[in-house]
Amino acid sequence: MSLLDLSIAEMARGLRDREFSSVELVEAAYQQIDRLDGELGAFLRTTRDQALAQASVCDRELAVSPDGRGELYGIPVAYKDVLCTQGVETTAASRILSGFIPPYSATVVERMESQGAIALGKLNCDEFAMGSSNENSAFQQTRNPWATDRVPGGSSGGSAVAVSARMAAATLGSDTGGSIRLPASFCGVVGVKPSYGRVSRYGLIAFASSLDQVGPLTKTVADSALVLGAIAGEDPHDATSSQAPVASYQDAIGQGVSGLRVGIPKEYLAMGIEPGVRRVFDQAAQWLEAEGARLVEVSLPSTEYALAAYYVIAPAEVSSNLARMDGVRFGPGFGGATNLGDAYEHARHQGFGGEVRRRITLGTYVLSSGYYDAYYLRAQKVRTLVAQDFERVFSEVDCVISPTAPTAAFRLGERLADPLAMYATDLLTLPANLAGISGISVPAGFSDALPVGLQVLGPYLGEATCFRVAAQVEAAADIWRVGPETAGAAEEGV
Amino acid sequence: MSRQWEAVIGLEVHAQLLTESKMFCGCRAQYLGLPPNSNTCPVCLGLPGTLPVMNRAAVEMTIRTALALNCEIPEFTKFDRKNYFYPDLPKGYQISQYDLPLSLNGCLEFEVGGRVVRAGITRVHLEEDAGTLHHAGEIHTSSFSLVDLNRAGVPLMEIVGEPDLRHPEEAPAYLAALRQTLMYLGVNDGNMEEGSLRCDANISLREKGSSVLGAKVEVKNMNSFRSIQRALEFEFQRQADLLEQGRKVAQETRGWSDLEQVTVSQRSKEEAQEYRYFPEPDLPPLRVARDYVERIREALPELPRAKRVRLRESYSLAEDQARVIAESPEDAAYFEAVVEAGADPRSAANWQVQNLQALCNASKIRVADCRIPPVALARLVQLVDQDQVSGVVAKDVLAECFVSGDAPAELIASRGLAQVSDQRQLRELVEQAVTANSKAALDYQAGNDKALNALVGFVMAASRGKANSKMVSQLLRERLPRS
Repeated sequence: MSLLDLSIAEMARGLRDREFSSVELVEAAYQQIDRLDGELGAFLRTTRDQALAQASVCDRELAVSPDGRGELYGIPVAYKDVLCTQGVETTAASRILSGFIPPYSATVVERMESQGAIALGKLNCDEFAMGSSNENSAFQQTRNPWATDRVPGGSSGGSAVAVSARMAAATLGSDTGGSIRLPASFCGVVGVKPSYGRVSRYGLIAFASSLDQVGPLTKTVADSALVLGAIAGEDPHDATSSQAPVASYQDAIGQGVSGLRVGIPKEYLAMGIEPGVRRVFDQAAQWLEAEGARLVEVSLPSTEYALAAYYVIAPAEVSSNLARMDGVRFGPGFGGATNLGDAYEHARHQGFGGEVRRRITLGTYVLSSGYYDAYYLRAQKVRTLVAQDFERVFSEVDCVISPTAPTAAFRLGERLADPLAMYATDLLTLPANLAGISGISVPAGFSDALPVGLQVLGPYLGEATCFRVAAQVEAAADIWRVGPETAGAAEEGV
Repeated sequence: MSRQWEAVIGLEVHAQLLTESKMFCGCRAQYLGLPPNSNTCPVCLGLPGTLPVMNRAAVEMTIRTALALNCEIPEFTKFDRKNYFYPDLPKGYQISQYDLPLSLNGCLEFEVGGRVVRAGITRVHLEEDAGTLHHAGEIHTSSFSLVDLNRAGVPLMEIVGEPDLRHPEEAPAYLAALRQTLMYLGVNDGNMEEGSLRCDANISLREKGSSVLGAKVEVKNMNSFRSIQRALEFEFQRQADLLEQGRKVAQETRGWSDLEQVTVSQRSKEEAQEYRYFPEPDLPPLRVARDYVERIREALPELPRAKRVRLRESYSLAEDQARVIAESPEDAAYFEAVVEAGADPRSAANWQVQNLQALCNASKIRVADCRIPPVALARLVQLVDQDQVSGVVAKDVLAECFVSGDAPAELIASRGLAQVSDQRQLRELVEQAVTANSKAALDYQAGNDKALNALVGFVMAASRGKANSKMVSQLLRERLPRS
């Protein structure tokens, strides 16, 4: 048992009541990291001295005035390495950014800090968040704590593992096509993809600017609601951030689902869902129905084109977003090149991994004159159709549920040789990014002892509904206290 | 037999906007003279994770310019990324506008050789400037390239002209009119040397009377009015020679060498950049409200041509005078203040254009910035017009006050420089002149008109310039009647 098994609300109560200190919490987190992360590989780097110093400041402050603090005060958290942290190396798990120490912090990091959250370090991910298994990191392999021969999911694999293995109370990830929800599902934690513009992207190293969103990964739905509440809202540094007021997410929890119309998209269930995953999904749907939700079959006919459109739009933006990584200011240098073209080629070939290069090439191709209309423009039209599908469906139902992924965590290396199979991992998650709507993955059960998440999609800025439904599933499943180690311990005890 | 060739020329002008801050961050837009890379922040350095936030003033200045150039302002506009690699471009793309610019379809009227020419403006759009590179001498021989990003992200307006110019000499005239308009609008400082105003040209040749366009050559690196005209004259001749020889003109980009006075091929059509434009996802498209546009239109200042016409007509000025006075709105305001203070408009114009302007030119300052306030010049002009001071003295006084900042009228009074119009005093001087120059007196009487000048000159010298020269001539004629 670790202090990190507690929910954030419980940690906050413990801090306020002086049951334990923030330093103890942070030390407990590092104990977990020291014990487990050698094998799990979630952290790229830790900032222990800084974190402990901050924690002792929090403890002093709490001693002076224990009340009136936000619930994140003194809580150990960690950030995916695509989020810039002032003074702390930030690499996006890419060699080309090795040694890059940002002189500024992402808005979400600043907001977490201003709430008193304590950063433990930076979390591994797929290089520039491109991948579904976390196998594309330039630096290390992250393993699924439930079965270390399996992937944690990607790209926010480190973020999911850190929470799942009780190494951090909450983490931030980023979701461009499912990169929060998928690893959350594979690792048995809650992960939120906010509506596009709900959370500032300033300081998030861009993958695909029109699709990226930062969101929390936590053990409980309430914890995610808390963290999202802390980071959401307009940011003057991000022109695409929404000016709409931030809903009270925590109030949505515990409202129940009675009277909610819950859509089940038939196209999603036709996507080759593994039987074990399907069983968990059906069970979750039954729970919701039993609690008074009305299940409605709905149709999202553009779904079959979404993946193709995504793999045109996202690479197009990648090819442009990653152009600044030109070796002039970051990266492995020019390797003695004698002209500019060779210099760029050397820096970018040495600096980028295979998947990143693949997507840059794809994106460069689809934006080239002569191909732009056939690919990029057509993909944008499909994107509009996908968004219209959801708009229509959300006029009929309050939210949509599906499995988060067709399968549970797959084995390391299993899909590496087949990019298309890897891309298909995101079939159920990426339409939400194309449409810019809200989504969450909540642990709903197990398939062969591997966690399985339920995805709840809500309308644009419909996060509160997602939390409401996810909280109901969480309550019914009653598994959030079961971590990968406690599950193992329980088995051993039998 | 040589055929008649006609040039088809269009100019592309880039003008840095005089905003306080850069286009997407809070760094200063005025970067000249600052230590390298000191005027930067994570946003204009293009650090990973940073995002642009649009400078509203830059949008407004672009719309103001577009309206002054008679452009349409569409209700919907967006920004696009122009992708290319170069070390002065920190993001690897330039935020610009591609298919939906802020404005379209305008025109500019300008004068050249007494003719009024109307040239179309294709579009005025907004983009960001790049940084600068520094080398030891020439880029091709330097062993290093140093990147300075102080300029990166400065708002830059691109004004694309239709290919409506037909002679190389129309290009500098067009550019001068455009430059003046931008300066009138307060959106650009007009400094071509420092590069805050830059000009590229497209030129092709066709047979006179033909409507078929020839291969287009883009000419770059022209940083003065003179080099623009010389470059285009050179290109005209080069292309005409090729065509005369039955050869083809290659579609390419050429650079003007001021040193060699030639254009040199830089990039062929095959090497043309593929910019892979696509909509900038970090900036939401802009909806340009009609009432916003109308407010900007209503606040437009009087533009150069309108001001010239008004000055000419309401003050009965000569065309040339009106042109000089309307060179800048500040100079025109100076002139109108002189008139307002009581000076006769035509006298005021003469004094401003001929005397004050010359002094200012010599000191490289603008009339509006000189140490003679309009009221003081008005008083001086009045004194001359009322024969209270001679023109010669007034001119010297003006030159002195220009330096010292003293009031001319006070200087005239304190030094006793007022013009002598007293008949008795002047008659005495005339007598002395006739006595001392008896030969000139006789010559005059013998019919040599020029001889009178020597006598007047004597009187003026004797009076140290104060004598009323008109009266002196009159008195001399009376004194030396011709039979």
